[in-house]
Amino acid sequence: MNILEVKNLDMNYETLEGNVSAVKNVSFSVKQGESFGIVGESGCGKTSVAMSLLQLQADNGKITNGEILFNGKDIVSLNETELRDIRWSGISIVFQGAMNSWNPVVKIGEQIREAIREHYPNKSKEDNTNKINELFEIVGLDSTISDRYPHELSGGMKQRAVIALALSCDPKLIIADEPTTALDVVIQDQILKEIRKVQDILGLSLIYISHDIAVIAEMTDNMAVMYAGSIVEMGKTKNVFANPQHSYTRMLLESTPSIVGEKKKLRSLDGEPPSLIDNDNCCLFSYRCPNPTDDCKNRTVEMQLIKFEDEHYVDQCCKDCG
Amino acid sequence: MNKNLIEVKNLQKYFEISSGVFSRNKSIVKAVDGISFDIPHGSSLGLVGQSGCGKTTTARALSLLDPKTGGEVSFYNEDTSSMESIDELDGEELKNFRRNIQMIFQDPYESLNPRWNIKDIILEPLNIHNIGNLSDREEAVYEILKTVGLTPPENYMPRFPHELSGGQRQRVSIARTLIMKPKFVVCDEPTSMLDVSIRISIMDLMLNLAKDLEVSYLYITHDLAVARYMCDRIAVMFNGKIVEIAETEELLNNPIHPYTKRLISSIPIPDPTYTRAEYKVDFNELEGIISSNKEGKDMIEVSKNHFIATHDVKGLL
Repeated sequence: MNILEVKNLDMNYETLEGNVSAVKNVSFSVKQGESFGIVGESGCGKTSVAMSLLQLQADNGKITNGEILFNGKDIVSLNETELRDIRWSGISIVFQGAMNSWNPVVKIGEQIREAIREHYPNKSKEDNTNKINELFEIVGLDSTISDRYPHELSGGMKQRAVIALALSCDPKLIIADEPTTALDVVIQDQILKEIRKVQDILGLSLIYISHDIAVIAEMTDNMAVMYAGSIVEMGKTKNVFANPQHSYTRMLLESTPSIVGEKKKLRSLDGEPPSLIDNDNCCLFSYRCPNPTDDCKNRTVEMQLIKFEDEHYVDQCCKDCG
Repeated sequence: MNKNLIEVKNLQKYFEISSGVFSRNKSIVKAVDGISFDIPHGSSLGLVGQSGCGKTTTARALSLLDPKTGGEVSFYNEDTSSMESIDELDGEELKNFRRNIQMIFQDPYESLNPRWNIKDIILEPLNIHNIGNLSDREEAVYEILKTVGLTPPENYMPRFPHELSGGQRQRVSIARTLIMKPKFVVCDEPTSMLDVSIRISIMDLMLNLAKDLEVSYLYITHDLAVARYMCDRIAVMFNGKIVEIAETEELLNNPIHPYTKRLISSIPIPDPTYTRAEYKVDFNELEGIISSNKEGKDMIEVSKNHFIATHDVKGLL
């Protein structure tokens, strides 16, 4: 069963220079218990997608088209009060650099308690304390952390506590936006294991956003590759890695160093990401594509995901270039 | 000619921390605690480890930005064809010597002066060392910009750092470093702030320049996959000490020290069908190696050019 379905989502930022189409015609779905990865370079719209799911985008960001169905109910049209019910108790999010988002003068436990009180005002203080201890146990923290201030914890501990906070109102879906980017490799490894464990125990769905394709390979069942606001390839993680169809996906894979297997020459992704202001709806990768066809150069092919094989989709512009 | 460009013996950098009333309580932080390695001409050594293990302190001590508190660093002197300790240098000699060692910093957004244009930024070292006349210097800047791939150079010379992307800024840093024709460049995570898409092109640029200009690197990173791509040998650092040092493929295929194994097991692999071996540190395995070390040396050679530390493994992880 699909817990989340995003259909033809468009999101624009209105700026002085023009409309920035940060999310263009994005559709994907996340099943119960599944983990779904979104990968792409900086500025490709990964975080904008995450923010639009909870409508937490900046004030100048507007969803101009599309539906976001959470448990079958469209949440684009909801007002702030109705959204509050879904935020945290339906969908919660671990922000990028979230460990720096703790209030420095309030104890960790109190900050989590605050979130629970907001959603379940009738629960007793004792219930909440038990809940927090339980959450800490799940993410591998000692219950004494409750009484600590954020500055007393290391980066890894703060990030675990953020995950506990994200779990505090029993969400069905967690969005993890680069949750390990500021951490070093050993701590990253521990946090990734923790997230996987939590997902197993609680049967949660997960949207995992990262620029690191190696982490996506480890964490997700299905994945989407984003480029310039659009999904250019989507499918089972295994299939996308084994048989990448889009030139951009291939370049991402070939530009990732690994410590196993033959040491091979890596390929650099030349060129800069395109401007997203006032574009037509043609493939924006054609400027950087290693072997563009005449059709892409003349910009006659509209961007549209087409089926390549079962549960594996690729943008139609790139089906001939590879 | 001596095969080594730089030899480091027992390098120490201790910081004194004072606290309490009138700073009466003093304690010492051993950020770098007796590390030794050498780097042959034209070869690159990767220094990997977690945050706070002393990688950057080592870099700063080696590039003479901070004075070391102990140990010996010797550098190959071309004129005398012998190794020369840097402690013996002072005044003009030291200034000349500094030309041989340059550093590339982690953050290209902070390490370039925002009020200077690119030409002035790259000219500065030439001015300080008083090399050539103005037109020679400008010619050198023009050439080096071409070398690092910022073409056409005349477009970049009048620009300011904020007008450039992260990758372009890091190219400027590299140009500023290489214009002194150094023999040895210390790179402190030069690609970790950059986006995936431009990371490889900067790494490739550095590899090509190393080959063309015969530069040796000390390459600092926390990512073993990057170190594998960039370095001939890798040294693994933990708590201010080097725990294992070997040729890159040897280190990755036959890690011996438990900390190295733990580090390797935590690197994600870009292959969804690959299952990483989970590694829990097993100290018994190490016990044998330590007890066989009767001479009390800090590092022992377990196979050709593969050294491991024998101290302080109990406190690991």
